[in-house]
This record gives sequence, C-alpha cells and structure tokens, in this order.
Amino acid sequence: MSGDVAVLGAGMHPWGKWGRGFVEYGTVAARGALADAGIEWRDVRSVVGAGTVRGGYPGYVAGATFAQALGWQGARVTSVYAACASGAQAVNTARAQILAGMADVVLVVGADAAPKGFFAPAGGERPDDPDWLRFRVLGATNPAYFALYARRRMALHGDTPEDFALVKVKNAAAGALNPNARYRAAVSPEQVAASAVVADPLRLLDICATSDGAAALVLSSMDFARRHGASDPVRIRAVSTVTPTYPKAVLDLPDIATDSAVAVEPSPMSFRGSIARAAYEEAGIGPGDLSLAEVYDLSTALELEWYEDIGLCAPGEGAALVRSGATALGGRIPVNPSGGLASFGEAVPAQAIAQVCELTWQLRGTAGERQIPGARAGITANQGLFGHGSAVVAVR
Amino acid sequence: MPSKRIPVVAGWFTEDGTEEDFRLLGTRCPLCSSVFFPPQKGLCRNPGCTGGELAEVPLSRHGTVWSYTDGRYRPPAPYLSDPEVPWEPYTLVAVELAAERMVVLGQAAPGVGVGDLAVGMTVEAVPGVMDAGPGDDGAVRTTWHWRPVAAGSSGGAA
Repeated sequence: MSGDVAVLGAGMHPWGKWGRGFVEYGTVAARGALADAGIEWRDVRSVVGAGTVRGGYPGYVAGATFAQALGWQGARVTSVYAACASGAQAVNTARAQILAGMADVVLVVGADAAPKGFFAPAGGERPDDPDWLRFRVLGATNPAYFALYARRRMALHGDTPEDFALVKVKNAAAGALNPNARYRAAVSPEQVAASAVVADPLRLLDICATSDGAAALVLSSMDFARRHGASDPVRIRAVSTVTPTYPKAVLDLPDIATDSAVAVEPSPMSFRGSIARAAYEEAGIGPGDLSLAEVYDLSTALELEWYEDIGLCAPGEGAALVRSGATALGGRIPVNPSGGLASFGEAVPAQAIAQVCELTWQLRGTAGERQIPGARAGITANQGLFGHGSAVVAVR
Repeated sequence: MPSKRIPVVAGWFTEDGTEEDFRLLGTRCPLCSSVFFPPQKGLCRNPGCTGGELAEVPLSRHGTVWSYTDGRYRPPAPYLSDPEVPWEPYTLVAVELAAERMVVLGQAAPGVGVGDLAVGMTVEAVPGVMDAGPGDDGAVRTTWHWRPVAAGSSGGAA
C-alpha cells in the first residue's frame, strides 16, 4: 500500500525512577533504535521529538534537544506536543515527511522524567488555564477522573472492583516478562484489594504510576527499506490523530464540565471510539483482523472501556471480556502484552511510541517470552488531554 | 470583624443572596442557545453557529449524579490546603443538568461521602467555602458544592 512507512528500528530506555534527566533517557532509546535499524546517525535526515512540559525549555524543543545530544549533524528537527498523545503525533509527523518525500529516514524520540505522586500543572497563577483551574477549584487530580469513569461503569454495566483488579493481574503477568517494564512482579487480586484507596472506587494498584522512560523509532520509506535490505519490515499503515466533535458529552481531563448538547445532538460514537474508527478506516482493517492491541490503561477500569472503544466487544461487555481471559497472553486477542501502563507507569511523551515499539517486536516475532504466535496486525490506542486522539495500526 | 469573602474564581457563581437564590453562572449563545460552563467569554464554540457575544445565564439549581469519587490524598498546588493540617478527604460529584444537557463537576457539601451518593440521585448546587490555604490571612474562599436533595423535599435541608 502506498501509504505505508517501514519501521526499521525500535529502542527504549527501561522505565523506572532513575533520577536522571529526560535527555539522557531519550539518547539511550535513540541509539538503541538506530542500532536496531542498522542506520548510522549521520544518515538520519530528520528528527521528530515528542516534547515534555517537565524538562524546562529543552523539553519544549525536544527534537533539537535530542539532535544536539546525539551530535549535531544538520538534520531537520521538529518538536511536537499533544499531552499523552505526543508520541503518536511525532510518529505521524515523521510519516507525513516520509510520504511527502521530505526525508527517507526519520528518527522519532520521546522521553520523560516524571515527578513522584500526582502530576501537577505548571506553577504560577494561571486562571485562564483549565488544567490549573481543575486543581485550584476542585483538587481534581488525574486519578479522580479515572475514578469517575470507573464508578460510572459500575452503575451502568455492573462492573465490580474485582473486575478492575483482573486487568492489573493480567498486565502485571505480562509485564513480568518485559525487561523494559518498571514493575516486573506478578500481582494477585488480593494485593490489589489490599492496596490503599486513592479515589473511590480505585485503589493504588488500579492506577498507573508516573515513571521515567524513553522510546524511539527509526522510520523510513518502503523504497529506502528495500534498498537497506529490509524486504519484509513491519509497516505503519495508519495513524489516527483525530479530535472530538462538538458537543463532547463525556467529562474529560482537564474539563470541569462537558459541552452542552442543547443545540446539537452528540455523536452516537464516543471520542475514544472515533479514534480507533479513523485508524481502522485508514488501514482498511477491522478489530477482527487484530493479533494484539496496546491501549492506554491509565487505570484498570479504563482498559475495559478501550476494549469497547476499539471494537473488541460491545459496549458494557469489557468486564466479561477480561474475565474470559481473551485479552491475556495466550487468549484470543491479547491486550497490553507489553504489560501496559500498569507495568510501565506513564512517561508521557514516550508512551505512545513505546506502544508502537511493542507492536514492532510482536510483529517481528522477537518479543521473547511474551510473544504472540504469528502476530500479523496490531493497533495502539491512546488519548491525550485537551482532545488529542492517538492510534497507530501496524502490520506485517 | 467578619472575614473577607473571596470567590475561588470570580464570575462562576452568584455571590449575594440566600442559599435558595444561589446559582452557578454560565454563558449562553444568543443564536443557538448552547450553554458554556465555566462561563466562556467571546464567541460560541458550536462549529455550526455564527452567533455573537455570549451572555451570562444562571444554570439549573438541580441535577442528577452522573458519577462521583473522592480524594483520599492531598492534591498538589494550586489546590489550597494547609500542609500542617491533617488531610480530610473530600468528595467530587459530576452532575448532569437536564435543561442544559451538560455535566458539571463540583465538590460535595461537607459531610457528604461517597456512601451517601448514587448515580441518578438528585442533588442541588449550594454555596460553600473551601479549606483555607497557607497565607490566606483569614480570608474565606467561597465556591459551589453539590448536596443531595432529601426525598420529598424541594431542597434546602438535606
């Protein structure tokens, strides 16, 4: 297909709390991806950095920051920021440059060094910033929003905290097999139930941590990949970066209220559902074609929503799907075989890139103990606050 | 001398009058009637509307619970909270307003815990005050709270 770009290399800096700067993590991941691709840094003609708001000025100009750290060699640089969706926007920017003929080989890098505990908005008095206001007026942390969705699922669909815990148990089992994951121990339902309530009904082990980490990809045109000797590379076939449609009727970070549906009827499809739909339409595949999915499990309950949003089951049936074992390694459609955010914690701009790294390794058949036999197609899905959709379809 | 009363954000709710008069304040498009909260300044966000300047409008006082949770740990700044005072969890309620067809988040009135709430329950907007932050110099920060409406009552005592 003419819209494909090749994934020549993937690399990561392991997730954790390492006490170093994001530039160092990103450089390690970038070198890993270049070595995996067999590409010399000097031959990269474009660098796209996914930005971070936690690294000062270098975080805002992430593309240039990584290019300098790897050694200036004159490549074009681009820096993008889209909250949790930054990584997918970086992948999409690289893809657009390749398909437009602006560059044959593009390096994509995202890295973060996260604080302990809750993410907090930037400092100062900023009453025009919705992210500042939700903390100032309501103390509404990210887990508070995850908990509102979880409680709503319990009321609407009859989900239970025990259902939510199954997601953690499943993802911890997969993460235990992933050397790049931060948490590599099995977790039992009893351990989830014994962890402290953070935002009722969610407990500490239902909510993803904030982590340091970095991920990088080397992408190229299909022609370049062939010339480079990669005759059957993993291909990125679609990238969805859609925004919501008015009125957005589901309360979403960092909003204090939804849009009003007085004048316009809300779309019957949720924003999250529309993210996946756009990716499927562009790729020409559907949920039935998937071998695996990597979804943004900021909380255990949210992973169940994603099952429904990416079409693995009907609305309200997410809990039944995880209970059936279908989404575990060895199941019909494994979700988060990497271990997901439950095992990684969130390193914001690196996370959507890390999802594509996992697809790459699974589709190559090099995912080691967590390999899904014969994996042919996968989707990543993610949502960044302020209305950023993100999904990538990769095939082999 | 009574403490100075400062709204946590100016213009989001009425500041004078009785509890029965209390309302959240949004804005409404003069052309398509879309409502915005927090009060959007300027022009309508409905992509199919070319309406002019939005005008202030009081929101419905009653709504139904869309979802709820609580905060068991102290949120980071800029939430105002004195680190010297032991943390008291607060309850958050997302409330669906039927006339406006929108959901508005708020803290629950003091004493209302997650065990007192259920999705679909009727609640009302009432005036409230926030915890004092360090350096507030005795000023009281006013806000809005959601409070369950007692069955068979039109509001008021809950």
